[in-house]
Amino acid sequence: MPEMDADIIDQLVGIEPGSALDAIRHRRPDARDQAQASYRALFAPEIPGEVTATERFAVAAFVTGLHGEAATASFYAAGLAASGASAELRRAIDAAIAAVAASGGQGPYGSYPAGPLSREDTAGPTHHVADETRRALGSRLAASFDHMHLLVFHPRDAAPAALRELLDAGWSTTDIVTLSQITAFLSFQIRVVAGLRVLAGAL
Amino acid sequence: MPDTILEPPPHTVPAVFTRALLDWLPWLEPLAVEALSERHMAGLVDAARVKSPYFRLLARDPDALRARTLTDKDIFYNPDAGLPRAERELAAAATSRFNGCIYCASVHSRFSATYSKREADVQRLLDDGTNADLGERWNAIFAASVALSTTPITFGPLHVERLRRAGLDDLAIADLIHAAAFFNWANRLMLSLGEPAAAAGT
Repeated sequence: MPEMDADIIDQLVGIEPGSALDAIRHRRPDARDQAQASYRALFAPEIPGEVTATERFAVAAFVTGLHGEAATASFYAAGLAASGASAELRRAIDAAIAAVAASGGQGPYGSYPAGPLSREDTAGPTHHVADETRRALGSRLAASFDHMHLLVFHPRDAAPAALRELLDAGWSTTDIVTLSQITAFLSFQIRVVAGLRVLAGAL
Repeated sequence: MPDTILEPPPHTVPAVFTRALLDWLPWLEPLAVEALSERHMAGLVDAARVKSPYFRLLARDPDALRARTLTDKDIFYNPDAGLPRAERELAAAATSRFNGCIYCASVHSRFSATYSKREADVQRLLDDGTNADLGERWNAIFAASVALSTTPITFGPLHVERLRRAGLDDLAIADLIHAAAFFNWANRLMLSLGEPAAAAGT
């Protein structure tokens, strides 16, 4: 497991204690501490629930891999390896990320309810993990990857049918809440890291 | 009983971005009020949130909900300098407009209009999206929120420079980064776990 106590955002941005950005982060102490607490709740929960540590880090490695933010993606890939994921599983996740990268989608795209907003509908790929990768991931994780791709790139296309696929693959309602929180939280964390890194370069 | 998808009751789907009050109807079963343990209540943070199906659904992972809620409150409510509340809410509304979350945009455009008293500009943001001309300071905030919300992320040094020229100091820019980033979290939950509905009686 990665170190649970070191502040992940500081670590990924490269914020040194006593630096200007460190001081700025401490002006919002709860935001800083609770972003870290969110990470702990989702990746080292006190009550583990039905979603395993390997599943949590597998989803995180996939989601952060889709964003092309190298430092954050490496962090979760390391977490995945430390969770006991097999080399085969890690290769399958890399293959799933590479397949999405090859499809070239840029988010956010998707459709609005029919009406005046339809003129803003933007086409983009809907992703299904390829059969060979699907076998290596297992149907449960593969279904989660299909859904997480939607959440990352085209969340406004979400529909009950997408959740039905997750239930059919064996995830419970509570599991789906956890998986959705993982991906939604990472969408936040990765942007704070990217944004603060730009700001750090301009201080 | 196995878990199922909920069929929302008949309702009017809002087909435009609006500052009107909307309802939100879950596609998955929230916890029942009477099933909430102390841990679930701690996850909700504010006892009043028991009335919200959205928060009772997220309460299925109470520790994650609690940390998320406390992160949210400090980013938006901490009164110590930085970006004024109206513009933290503007970043939330702009992010929601860009990602396409009609429900989130309704809530935070109302807040932004209330705190800024610039109802016409906020309405322009909802109506015209990224084409809206809101004056340079708000345009810079909108553009930065959009650049932080694209996947891959396109926020860069030119955005920081533009925000500085518009009068934001480093703490204010950090607030903007957090507000936009946070709504990339919130929008994905709101959009994927249920749907907005025109409020009953409107």
